[in-house]
Amino acid sequence: MNVVTNNKWIGQSTIRPDGVDKVTGRAAFAADTTMPGMIWGKVLRSPHPHARIRGIDTSKAEALPGVKAVVTAKDIVEFPVDKSVMLGIQDMRWMCRNVMAREKALFPGHPVAAVAATSEAIAAKACELIEVDYEVLPWSIEIEDAIKPDAPILHEFNTFEGKPSNIAGKMELKKGDVAEGFARAEVVVERTFTTRAVHQGYIEPHACLIGVGADGKTTIWSSSQGQFMVRAMTSLLTGIPQSDIRAIPAEIGGGFGGKTIVYLEPLATMLAKKSGRPVKMVMTREEVMRATGPTSASTSTVKIGATKDGKIVAAQGTFYLQAGAFPGSPIRGAAGCSFSPYDIPHVLSIGYDVLSNRSKVAAYRAPGAPIGAFAVECVLDELAEALKIDPLALRLKNAAKEGTKASHGPVYPRIGYVETVEAAMNSEHYKAPLGKLQGRGVASGFWFNAGGESSAQVNITEDGNVVVTTGHPDIGGSRAAIANVCAELLGIDYRRVSVIIGDTQTVGFSNLTGGSRVLFASAMVVTQATEQVIATLCKRAAKIWEIDPEAVTWEEGAARPAGANAGKFPPLTLKELADKAPALGGPVGASVQLNTQGAEGGFGTHVCDVEVDVDLGIVRVVRYTAVQDVGRAVHPGYVEGQLQGGVGQGIGWALSEEYIYNKDGKVDNPGFLDYRMPVCSDLPMIDTILVEVPNPKHPQGVKGVGEVPLVPVMAAVANAVHNALGKRFYALPMSPPKVLEALEVAQAAE
Amino acid sequence: MSFSISLIVNGSPCDVELDDPRVTLLDLLRERLQLTGTKKGCDRGQCGACTVIVDGRRINSCLALAVSHDGADLLTIEGVATGDRLHPVQAAFITHDGLQCGFCTPGQIMSAIGLIQEGHAADDPERVREGMSGNLCRCGAYAGITEAVLDATAAMALTDRRRSA
Ligand code: FES
Ligand code: FES
Repeated sequence: MNVVTNNKWIGQSTIRPDGVDKVTGRAAFAADTTMPGMIWGKVLRSPHPHARIRGIDTSKAEALPGVKAVVTAKDIVEFPVDKSVMLGIQDMRWMCRNVMAREKALFPGHPVAAVAATSEAIAAKACELIEVDYEVLPWSIEIEDAIKPDAPILHEFNTFEGKPSNIAGKMELKKGDVAEGFARAEVVVERTFTTRAVHQGYIEPHACLIGVGADGKTTIWSSSQGQFMVRAMTSLLTGIPQSDIRAIPAEIGGGFGGKTIVYLEPLATMLAKKSGRPVKMVMTREEVMRATGPTSASTSTVKIGATKDGKIVAAQGTFYLQAGAFPGSPIRGAAGCSFSPYDIPHVLSIGYDVLSNRSKVAAYRAPGAPIGAFAVECVLDELAEALKIDPLALRLKNAAKEGTKASHGPVYPRIGYVETVEAAMNSEHYKAPLGKLQGRGVASGFWFNAGGESSAQVNITEDGNVVVTTGHPDIGGSRAAIANVCAELLGIDYRRVSVIIGDTQTVGFSNLTGGSRVLFASAMVVTQATEQVIATLCKRAAKIWEIDPEAVTWEEGAARPAGANAGKFPPLTLKELADKAPALGGPVGASVQLNTQGAEGGFGTHVCDVEVDVDLGIVRVVRYTAVQDVGRAVHPGYVEGQLQGGVGQGIGWALSEEYIYNKDGKVDNPGFLDYRMPVCSDLPMIDTILVEVPNPKHPQGVKGVGEVPLVPVMAAVANAVHNALGKRFYALPMSPPKVLEALEVAQAAE
Repeated sequence: MSFSISLIVNGSPCDVELDDPRVTLLDLLRERLQLTGTKKGCDRGQCGACTVIVDGRRINSCLALAVSHDGADLLTIEGVATGDRLHPVQAAFITHDGLQCGFCTPGQIMSAIGLIQEGHAADDPERVREGMSGNLCRCGAYAGITEAVLDATAAMALTDRRRSA
């Protein structure tokens, strides 16, 4: 069997299959469905940043008419603190305590009980009737406070260097010997940077609807970045076996990493089980802001040394990242990605995971990497200035290439980092003149990307079309891209391929939509499954023609004799073969499950122009170009969409977004009014340049693309602000009050 | 105590009994009329996901009390297409990829229809961006949204001209 393609669909921005549903309001998101007899669940949350729970009295709530069930930590499976049980990167010891406070409430917003009642109003009233006996404890919010020797300890069992501590972990990456490297350096720049916690900011709040039958059979309808994660976590936290939990993925209204863990599902499952009624739970925006996500705040110190000719000889980074109330901040991303674009002989990169009385952090687009890159890429800008070298030329001179041993471990295969820097340098944007009070900044970034488990089924319908079923929620256009891949291989119009996301009981295990893994992994399994289908179709044609299957080729949607020697037969189309399927051995389809390997990291280089209003302190991004090595853009429109989306979020992180805490240890801005995400008029049109250096380990050359675009942004903006004002900012966000303050300080000094 | 109101929703008259005077137009649509195309992103008037058109004007339905809209004429995302023919704004959102996850999309489309009716934006991208700034899109589809609104404005103006010619 041979497969001939001429790339008719791969590389085309085909029309999205979910478009019509989404523009007509038909697409069903998590909060959009009902079940007969449905009631409403509501969570009672701790008002305190830190408090021991001495007792909970739910009797008054239970007595309220309309209340059907109340659950507390007693109803959730407990994982003892001394034994780790991992599910992916999540430790169930922390998950069981995060979904429902057990011994202590550890942040304002931490769930302490949940109620299900016949209306939302009654459920809310019942929450007020629950009496929680708290012993209020001292707390800490900021990293500096949490790591003081006398800081209030969140988890007494957590020790660091032999003593109870809020440092939950340390990781160290080492290459060469930094002391030796710095000894050779002629110019050294060392700076300390801080970033604030920012939220993923998906517009769809967390929501679920769950029914539990008398036999324990459970149906979960929820929006997440992985229905299998929802099933596994709910199973572990409720004790219901996975085979009895059918988790159906709703359309997801944005996740960006924040929907890779559960919050509501285990609570709603227990409420449904206890009440015998389907339970719907929907978070308010305030609950989303107080109790889910965000990403870590951070303090990073980065030191880079170079020789006078611009060769970097040593680099060192120390990254303190906030984990929130439970261990698990993305130190691996911060310490492991920051130096990866460069070929540096001596690197030491250390990450510290710091607990404090905030909500547990969740993944956010290249978790940790943007934090590290902000520090490293700003230091590189200063280094270029000190060396009087163009900042992109400095990066080019030190760029990692094929054969470079990365600071995070691997030796790179053919990568496209150099091409991104060159494309940025050659861009019209980089050469364009700047206006008054305008500045230009550049930065690069890297993200690991991931492979892992995926499953897919490819089935030929009786009428000769195709249904592909995969197991990951479509968050960035994967359905359209998969249709392109399958249509390409089959040589048919992409509109004949319908791609759907299966639920946990209809498709094989598929890991999270995260780590920029989905198209990489699912294109791989769908390719194999489609090839199996083509092989079957060729065999069927061989049977009809009574020739050897090897003498049949598949081309442009039909089986054809492979050459003159094979005989002269008119082609048999997919439709004709589907028609004949019952007589030739039955339905045609294939199912493939893989633990995919060979995901290669991705690199991006960004150019940003800002204009500063020095009277109001407002920084506006006026032009932006994101260049990225995307491997192979299977659906260029969506790749561009990912780049633009990542840049938009980065501009928010750089200029306006931050969690603000008040003196009581509570978030003061838990809504979109004061937590300011970019709106349409805040952003310029964001230009993209797609560099395509195919991933040699993937059938279509695919590399993950969704996360890299957030990594360089804050540094690119900060470097542009410096270029405009001659003033460096080491703390984010560069919001108007801070810009004004810096300008006043500068003026006073003059 | 219950309150009865009459509305026109997507062209059809509809009488509703409300047991609670605090019910918002958004909850009325979503929970009582099963029109879940209109989304709730914040319930505080801060995201625009709940935008609908009431008596010709775009509003955040989460801020509007149902009882104070007795007699109102409502247009929601479900009522925008004509049969299976998409409204020019809907079609333009698909053509220009004015969406990723699609959660903000119903609100964006209603807001765009309102903006075009207001007649101030016309063919000026800056004004479109300003005019669409009450609708958050965290996926960052703003470029596509702006293009879609400009394109739909032009297409609708053309149809109008044809009609009046
Ligand atoms: S839900 Fe109405 S503005 Fe956000
Ligand atoms: S398309 Fe996702 S929020 Fe706009």
